Amino acid sequence: MHIHRAERLWLGFGVAMLAVFLAVITTAAIVDGFVPPSHVQTIDPTKVSQTPPFDRPGLRRIGPGAYEAYYIARIFAFVPATITVPRDAHVTFFVTSGDVEHGFSIPETGVNTMVTPGWVSEVSHTFSTPGTFLLICNEYCGSGHQLMAAKVIVQ
Amino acid sequence: MTAARPSLPLSIAGGNLLALTHIYTATLVLGIGALFGMLQGFSRANLIVMPQAFDYYRMLTAHGVLMALVFTTFFITGLFTYCVYTTLLRVRSTTLGWTGYVVMLVGTVMAAVAILDGSASVLYTFYAPLKASPLFYFGATLLIAGTWFVAADLFLNVAIWKRANVGERVPLPAFLATCTMIMWIIATLGVVAEMALLIPWSLGWTPGIDVSLTRMLFWYFGHPLVYFWIMAAYTIWYTVVPSTYGGRIFSDALTRLAFIMLLLLSTPVGLHHQFLEPGIAPGWKWLHMVLTYGVVVPSFMTAFAIFASFEQAARKAGVRGFFQIVGWLPWKNPVFAGPALGMILFVFGGFGGIVNSSYSMDVLVHNTMWIVGHFHVTVGGPVALTFIGATYGLVPMLTGRTLFAPRLALVQVYLWFAGMAIMSVAMHWAGLLGAPRRASDVTYFGAQGAATWHGEMVWAATGGAIVAISVVLFIVVATGTFLADRRAVDAAPSFAFASTREDALATPPAFDRLTRWGMAAIVLALLAYAGPVTEQLTAHAYLAPGMRTW
Repeated sequence: MHIHRAERLWLGFGVAMLAVFLAVITTAAIVDGFVPPSHVQTIDPTKVSQTPPFDRPGLRRIGPGAYEAYYIARIFAFVPATITVPRDAHVTFFVTSGDVEHGFSIPETGVNTMVTPGWVSEVSHTFSTPGTFLLICNEYCGSGHQLMAAKVIVQ
Repeated sequence: MTAARPSLPLSIAGGNLLALTHIYTATLVLGIGALFGMLQGFSRANLIVMPQAFDYYRMLTAHGVLMALVFTTFFITGLFTYCVYTTLLRVRSTTLGWTGYVVMLVGTVMAAVAILDGSASVLYTFYAPLKASPLFYFGATLLIAGTWFVAADLFLNVAIWKRANVGERVPLPAFLATCTMIMWIIATLGVVAEMALLIPWSLGWTPGIDVSLTRMLFWYFGHPLVYFWIMAAYTIWYTVVPSTYGGRIFSDALTRLAFIMLLLLSTPVGLHHQFLEPGIAPGWKWLHMVLTYGVVVPSFMTAFAIFASFEQAARKAGVRGFFQIVGWLPWKNPVFAGPALGMILFVFGGFGGIVNSSYSMDVLVHNTMWIVGHFHVTVGGPVALTFIGATYGLVPMLTGRTLFAPRLALVQVYLWFAGMAIMSVAMHWAGLLGAPRRASDVTYFGAQGAATWHGEMVWAATGGAIVAISVVLFIVVATGTFLADRRAVDAAPSFAFASTREDALATPPAFDRLTRWGMAAIVLALLAYAGPVTEQLTAHAYLAPGMRTW
């Protein structure tokens, strides 16, 4: 089948553009680890409060400048409600839900993950600027969804 | 190619009533949905507070379900019924078509009752374990089941026609309709499988639900749902829009090829809606990103074909030069202006879509207002404007009347375009600033991090109000066309299928073997989903009991 020369040029340009995007994203994934949060770990959603480490939600220092934060998302709040970390802290967040689907997002950082009951989500970030960051649920979870927020204070 | 005829055989006239009923139902649904949309905009901009009896999330569910599932579906089934009936001219019975309509309508009413009585504030994605009343799930299932009757009617007509016209190509509009409905059947199998899990759970027969599995089944359906809308809009762009400026279809073969690619690639891409989910290995997400990029190609082909058709017609009329050609196009005909304004919005919708499907980049925009902005410059812009423009062509055509207040119709499509543009720009921008979607209020007790969002919400509400004014005009014009009852005498057909240009190249016969392409699409969907679904099933995920959180 014959395809018009102008169309071949146009499609060639389009496909080349997509190939460049694909190459950049794939390289960033392999070289820099820019991979969307995809942690695979199950948990009984009816027993999150009894299951370690979520039986003691909160922040833990695991090394110099390195922290792990364990969160339980439940309608319509996060536990812990506030954590405080020093500037340049690298924080790995582990989040799970005790009821329905939630979101876990700190706007204007790369922290953004779904929180699915039955699974543990993992996402990490280095907080290089001091301030109070808003942590919100960004997936509809019920009538109080718009109230579901917490704070990350970077000193 | 068959142009619409002034006097139609009796069976076609019966088909006209069927198509018209679908399309006018869609018109009314669009009106209700848009008014809810406006109230949402006001609510999010803190201009009003919705009463407890009809709270924000109930309204948001109604808006999403009515727009994404009901308006679009009724319009498309009506449009495709028209495409098949008028180009094959061999319709024997409309019984299957009417059965489909009634089943769809009953399903819609059931789901609407569940939403209005507050037992189904689960939004249009109905993510488990939010637990709606069984009535909602039954209603949604019937809405889908009704479309299967319509599809069966269309497939049957095409099969009968093929037997009577051995060796001939199926007329292009009928081919595009059939191709899209095959894609739709494959896609809806996913949501029906999901319903088979949700309904017993909602009835209390099963203690819990595998949340991840239901989400995967939903998005197996959710993305091709988008392409269902887009393929219907493309059908109009390819076959009807050229007739509004005396043009021709650029290439029969390439049009069919684009639709075959859409049939193959619309389904195996759903995981790009689940990039940020735990429990799905990143490799599968990457695979679905690559396939999503593949589905961009037929859209590039469509863009080329549209502009090539513009240029060829303009040159034939002695018009040359980019601005001269743009100026020459019939911007005062709403049947052209609606789809054409939609195409402009789709440039932004398409590029935004590439961002969304770009794996790690999705982190920046996922579940923010950017996404809401995105689907308002896809389904809310190009698709809705195309359907609106087509309605202005179809209603006079199907009733034998002249369009009531054509100037009002013209004002209406431009208002929709302007309102949707203002609203979507504000939404995209709010999303980049981090504002979440799906929240009734984004002030977060005056938190510093949320300070920049409110201003954008006011702009979005302004755009939404303009769209709502526009939709009122739309209903006035569509309804007025029946009520004013002005018979069209010797009028040029307001909605006609263009013919292919004379020197277009032959279409390979293989393109017409839609059963085989459908089989190939199923194989591709199975290949793309076999891995992730197997992983979900073998993970032995804990079941979630579910609850009503509203």
